[in-house]
Amino acid sequence: MRFLFFLKEAFRGLSRNSAPALAALLTILLTTLVLGVFIPIVQATTGTANEVRGRVVVDVFVKKEANPIERAELRREIDKTVNVGSVEFISKESALAREKRLRPEAYKALGERVNPLPDTYRVTPEDPGKVNLIINHLAPKDADGNPSPTLAALDEVRNREDDTDKILSATGLVKLLTAGLALLLVFASVALVANTIRLSIFARRREVEVMQLVGATNWFIRWPFVIEGVIVGFMGGVLAVLLLTIAKETLVDPLSDRFALLAAPETIDFKLLVAILLVACVAVSAAGSGLTLRKFLRV
Amino acid sequence: MATEEKTQAGADAKIAIRAPQPRPVRRQKKERIPVVELDDVTKVYDGGSVGLEKVSLQVGRGEFVFLVGATGCGKSTCIRLLMRELEPSSGEIKIAGHALAEIKAKRMPQLRRNIGVVFQDYKLLPNRTVYANVAYSLEVIGESRQSIRRKVPDILRLVGLSTKLHSYPDELSGGECQRVSIARAFVNHPPLLLADEPTGNLDPETSIGIMQLIYRINRTGTTVVVATHDKEMVDKMRRRVIELREGRVVRDELSGLYRPDESTTEFAVRLRGELGVGVEGHPN
Repeated sequence: MRFLFFLKEAFRGLSRNSAPALAALLTILLTTLVLGVFIPIVQATTGTANEVRGRVVVDVFVKKEANPIERAELRREIDKTVNVGSVEFISKESALAREKRLRPEAYKALGERVNPLPDTYRVTPEDPGKVNLIINHLAPKDADGNPSPTLAALDEVRNREDDTDKILSATGLVKLLTAGLALLLVFASVALVANTIRLSIFARRREVEVMQLVGATNWFIRWPFVIEGVIVGFMGGVLAVLLLTIAKETLVDPLSDRFALLAAPETIDFKLLVAILLVACVAVSAAGSGLTLRKFLRV
Repeated sequence: MATEEKTQAGADAKIAIRAPQPRPVRRQKKERIPVVELDDVTKVYDGGSVGLEKVSLQVGRGEFVFLVGATGCGKSTCIRLLMRELEPSSGEIKIAGHALAEIKAKRMPQLRRNIGVVFQDYKLLPNRTVYANVAYSLEVIGESRQSIRRKVPDILRLVGLSTKLHSYPDELSGGECQRVSIARAFVNHPPLLLADEPTGNLDPETSIGIMQLIYRINRTGTTVVVATHDKEMVDKMRRRVIELREGRVVRDELSGLYRPDESTTEFAVRLRGELGVGVEGHPN
């Protein structure tokens, strides 16, 4: 009974103040659209950046003269090291075969019999940003700053330093930028929606004042506004989601079919994205209405 | 002991039959509590201008009081203080014995439901019909739909707007808007009615209709406080007049010509005569 009354009041408010309501709806629609497009883009970018970061490896070269016991000890030590994701053993033979494939001329000149390559443990770090942890653990620097391997079997620890640094700084920047942009966009969306709602309620502050004068409690005044917010937010959200779906079906899906070879970075499930956007729309809009009213209810 | 009491009661009953006038003691006590009581109230606005200065006054149950004075003398401040739209800088305000300062913000709606207010600018809800405007103050207190459907047309008939139920405020004249706002203020039958310049925007003829309406409400037992600067009209109405000047009470007289048993029509005829307005005028 009460709820029906509030619902009726909300619809009366919407139909009698259709211009500000429409403005709020459009604002929500646009910001949701932008967010709906931007969220997958951010994810794709960070996904790609992470993929690139996956290429950061540490090569641990084994001394030629090391005996099996020493080798086993080295292997155990590597496994124990913090931040080690996976370890791959590359024997000198397979390393040679691979190098020959990559640079046939150079190795032809070297001759068939000679194999200058050591056995290698290729370590993929868990967190590429902290690759130095591994290096410092296996080959701590001595007083002069020269690496001094701790284990008998260990010849040298090398990360392809130039590559690693480049990859890390470039992907780090990309991630930072997209995160910053995403944050700004979310902030701008909330501010924009809040401002529009504020304006539409400001236009009705006299109404609120009169309601208080005849003895309406704050929640009696507030509920219709909150319900209005829910309706506007939901309508804006649904429209935005509809547009997003159309865009996805007609533009993105055929594209990704055609470029199936392109690594498709993992992005958020579309259904989940839609659900999150809808909930956010309704919540921001309803909370915005309810909170904005607080200012006018202080009498 | 019990029989003694019984006989005592019997004796009282006999006395009551012989003399029908005396009221039960408890009710008399209640009536002695003024509906409105200002005790040494001062209101200084944030900017430093003084709204009221050491005002003390009492308004008893069922009284009709005019607050008069030039613009800026503190009439509106007084009304707004009584509605607790403002809080006094010092002093105490009591409504029906309850100190306003002690009423919590949460209880304010309850207080406001017991005070009808009428303003110069009507303060109607612009997006509601006449009917819905009056109904809103009943919806607020949780009245059932049946009783709203019964009470609203009644009160609108009383104020003479039974043909304008479904008009919006912007389709009404000033006098009609003020009638709606009076209907809204009075539909709950509040014990106290405050009016801030209720005739400020209206022509003399319409003003008389409005004043009559307020007077009629007063006759039902509602205490009425009217702030107005229409001093001439006030003096001719011969009601209690409190005059303010620069925030101080300079005159508070219970008019000697006050006639307690005057009917509404008699009052109107006298008022029209004294104000020099024709008898044929507003239907009310």
